[in-house]
Amino acid sequence: MSIKPKNDAVERTSLSVAFTVGLYGAAFGAAGVTAGFSVLQTCLLSLLLFSGASQFAVVGIMGAGGSALSAIATATLLGFRNALYGLQLAPILKVTGIKRIIASQITIDESTAVSTLQSNDSDRKRAFYLTGFGVYIFWNLFTLLGALGASAIGDPSVWGLDAAVPAAFCGLVWPRLKDKRLFLISASAIGLALLLTPITPAGIPIITTVILAIVFGWKK
Amino acid sequence: MSSIWIAVIGSSITAFLNKYIGHSVPEKWLDRPRIKSINTLVPVVLLSALVGVQTFANKQELVIDQRLVGVGVALIALKLKASFPIVVVAAAISSAAVYNLL
Repeated sequence: MSIKPKNDAVERTSLSVAFTVGLYGAAFGAAGVTAGFSVLQTCLLSLLLFSGASQFAVVGIMGAGGSALSAIATATLLGFRNALYGLQLAPILKVTGIKRIIASQITIDESTAVSTLQSNDSDRKRAFYLTGFGVYIFWNLFTLLGALGASAIGDPSVWGLDAAVPAAFCGLVWPRLKDKRLFLISASAIGLALLLTPITPAGIPIITTVILAIVFGWKK
Repeated sequence: MSSIWIAVIGSSITAFLNKYIGHSVPEKWLDRPRIKSINTLVPVVLLSALVGVQTFANKQELVIDQRLVGVGVALIALKLKASFPIVVVAAAISSAAVYNLL
């Protein structure tokens, strides 16, 4: 099999993204165990749910004492962007049956982003699968390591794990705050959630902020 | 079945459905400007709300503690364009320092 230099670049980008993002899985593994999930439950979220922001939301809400329903609803709304990625990818991948199921599972921010950076469909396809499978492998590996590491220690505050979780959310939201309007929307979501925290059950303050997305998004 | 198991299995199923639907429905169903613009804002509001609650909430009470220092350091690291793992580790170290030393 001959590898053209161009494909080399696709491989390099895909694998370096996969490894860097995979490392972040350790933070998720630690967050899961800190929130009261078992190592198995934490690893299953990475294997089955496999979408970072949704996974952090599930453990964050359950850890704060929220209901399963509000955790599922928040994770589902966060994961809806993956449906829009699938729309973009379907005409490039052209897969059916079991292959479509596999391609769906690895349809996430990173595989879509690296794929859309390419200039032709064959590279887009390669980049999608390389990044998708790469992130899947590293993310799950580091989730296990993070979960095992966190279960080996006692009080999460001693190791700063209680701050690692909101810091992880900062890292996820930061790249999305591209202008002043988005900063303002972000600040109002924080304000609304904190306002509701003392008066509603855990999980409700978070899911309620979707109203802000609808209000601000309605006018485009 | 515990509520954690329900959350794990339920959110895994809906996450897969989200992904699979995108690959399977006609483009015109979801390709609408309003859906797209609301969808761009959904992660912004939900993740921001999670930042706020995870930083300040202790059950239903709002408190200021070592986590705020950690998140402050994380924001500075992000401003300086640090990579994700560095942001998280810097937050953990600074928060742990405040918790253990004060």
